[in-house]
Amino acid sequence: MSDTTITTPVLQLTDVRKQYGSDGVTTHVLHGISLTLQQGEFTALIGPSGSGKSTLLNIIGLLEPPTEGSLVMQGYETGTMHEDGLTRLRGQSIGFVFQFHHLIPSFTALENVMMPLMLEQGRQTPLQRVRAAGLLERVGLAGRMDFKPGKLSGGQQQRVAIARALAANPPLILADEPTGNLDTAAADEIFKLLYEVNQESGTTFLVVTHDPRLAKRCSRIIELVDGRIVS
Amino acid sequence: MRIEWLLALRFLREGRAQTFFMLGGVVMGVGVIVFLTSLITGLQRSIIEKTLGTQAHLVMRPPDDEARRIIKPDSSLAVSANIERRGQRLRSILQWQQTMRELEARPEVTAVSPLVSGPSFAVRGTATKSVALMGIDQERYTRIVPMSSYMKEGEFRISASNAAIGTDLARDLGASIGDKIRLQTADGRNETITVAGIFDVGVRDLNRRWVFITLRSAQNLLDLVGGVSSIDVTVRDLFKAELISERLAAQTGLTAESWMKTNAQLMVGLRSQNASSYLIQFFVILSVAFGIASVLIVSVIQKSREVGILRAMGCSRRRILRIFLLQGGMVGLVGSLFGCGVGALLVTFFAKTALNPDGTPIFPVVLELRMFLVAAGVATVTGIFSAAAPAVRAARLDPVAAIRNV
Repeated sequence: MSDTTITTPVLQLTDVRKQYGSDGVTTHVLHGISLTLQQGEFTALIGPSGSGKSTLLNIIGLLEPPTEGSLVMQGYETGTMHEDGLTRLRGQSIGFVFQFHHLIPSFTALENVMMPLMLEQGRQTPLQRVRAAGLLERVGLAGRMDFKPGKLSGGQQQRVAIARALAANPPLILADEPTGNLDTAAADEIFKLLYEVNQESGTTFLVVTHDPRLAKRCSRIIELVDGRIVS
Repeated sequence: MRIEWLLALRFLREGRAQTFFMLGGVVMGVGVIVFLTSLITGLQRSIIEKTLGTQAHLVMRPPDDEARRIIKPDSSLAVSANIERRGQRLRSILQWQQTMRELEARPEVTAVSPLVSGPSFAVRGTATKSVALMGIDQERYTRIVPMSSYMKEGEFRISASNAAIGTDLARDLGASIGDKIRLQTADGRNETITVAGIFDVGVRDLNRRWVFITLRSAQNLLDLVGGVSSIDVTVRDLFKAELISERLAAQTGLTAESWMKTNAQLMVGLRSQNASSYLIQFFVILSVAFGIASVLIVSVIQKSREVGILRAMGCSRRRILRIFLLQGGMVGLVGSLFGCGVGALLVTFFAKTALNPDGTPIFPVVLELRMFLVAAGVATVTGIFSAAAPAVRAARLDPVAAIRNV
């Protein structure tokens, strides 16, 4: 990471609100969220279900726009950006780790990890292969590179997803309950891996979890209740 | 490989059954089109070939004799408007040698041949048959109608005493090679010829009526010394005959009639055959397009999660659009290649099995590279177009909704 990102926050939310539905029935999901993520932070986002965690994560992930408020990603004000610009910014700045890993089943583990790079560069290159292989080695899947996701265990799939999130070297990684469907042992290992990557690369992490045991191991905890940050 | 291509290929490979159905539709559609086109092209060519086997592409004749008014009508004098048409007597084309040279010099004209034709009787013993005298210059005429290839007996060698007649006339007169026949015209002129060849042009009426003699004999018999009654012309582009005939008529002052006008019925037949074939092809293409579109729509719904993930990873809407358009295009192209093969096989098989009693194919089949290229091009474009609706749908997918729906 370059030094400039130390001064600019990776992410800055100011008074973000989100409501769904139009005329008549509107559901307010987020009520004025303000939040800053600095480089290298490892933050847990916790809260009961229905508290707006996923919506907040989608907004931070530039997957849906807030109804009100501003979101500054890496110094870019996103409110005025168009679809194409948002897509590009998302590709460059954010890595996703989903609860159900969401690998593309017709591609091998290695190709899945290469995907963000291929999308960024528009084509497949040998260099991407080298980087993807290195990342898979890092997450402990050196021997499984040419396996399709269907042939991997849940924990292994999640490791591939982590390697994929890291591939384009984004400053921010969003993880939506990355250990949600894993057993305790596997969950512990995945969490450990995330933490290690954070320490090694200085990548900012925002991890949604409902497991207080794991949340305690994060450097910062944000608790969301009924669309408001309570701590 | 570009990422769009890679993704399109993988998606196609992954959706095996769907890809198979789409390909199947294209293969059958293109197969039918290739089959139909080559069959119809072949049939039409052979019909035209047969028709033109005994005809020049266009025939130039002297302008009609017209009755002229002796008194000019003016305001003080009423003149009966009823003018009887004159009977057309046999006349020569004025300065036909020069006209022929002019025609020959034109680039679109490939052959020119003078003809003296008129009515006569052929008499042998007690048999008398009405015939059409065909006074020709052998060398020139065979360049227009390949008479030598129609000969059943003897050869097509026309000289002062040697003539050629058709099989039916020969039978009617009981004449064979070497026999003498007397030709007699209505005004009493006559000449005796020897049968040197007997032809069969495939048209019974012509086999019964045509008698080929030299230009000079015909001129004598028909009292047209030094003249010719018409000039036969062949042109380079068969289907421009009508256009050329109009041009030549205007320039020479003669009347010109193209084979297309002479065989107006045939042309109507060919045109309506073409029209119905185009109609069938259009609807075949349309149903193939619907097939591709409906399968791809399903595939987009099935792939919505992948599309959502790709969008989350920074894949633009336009790229998603291209991925699905490419799938349509690939299916179209690959399907059409197989379809061309299937159509070609089918039509060759058909041509080999449907035979005349003499072993020649009933359906002369024409397989041309151009037809295959057009078929492949049309199928590819159809594939892309039919993928448009599914592709737009995929591009519009909301990544959040797509990812959430596991």
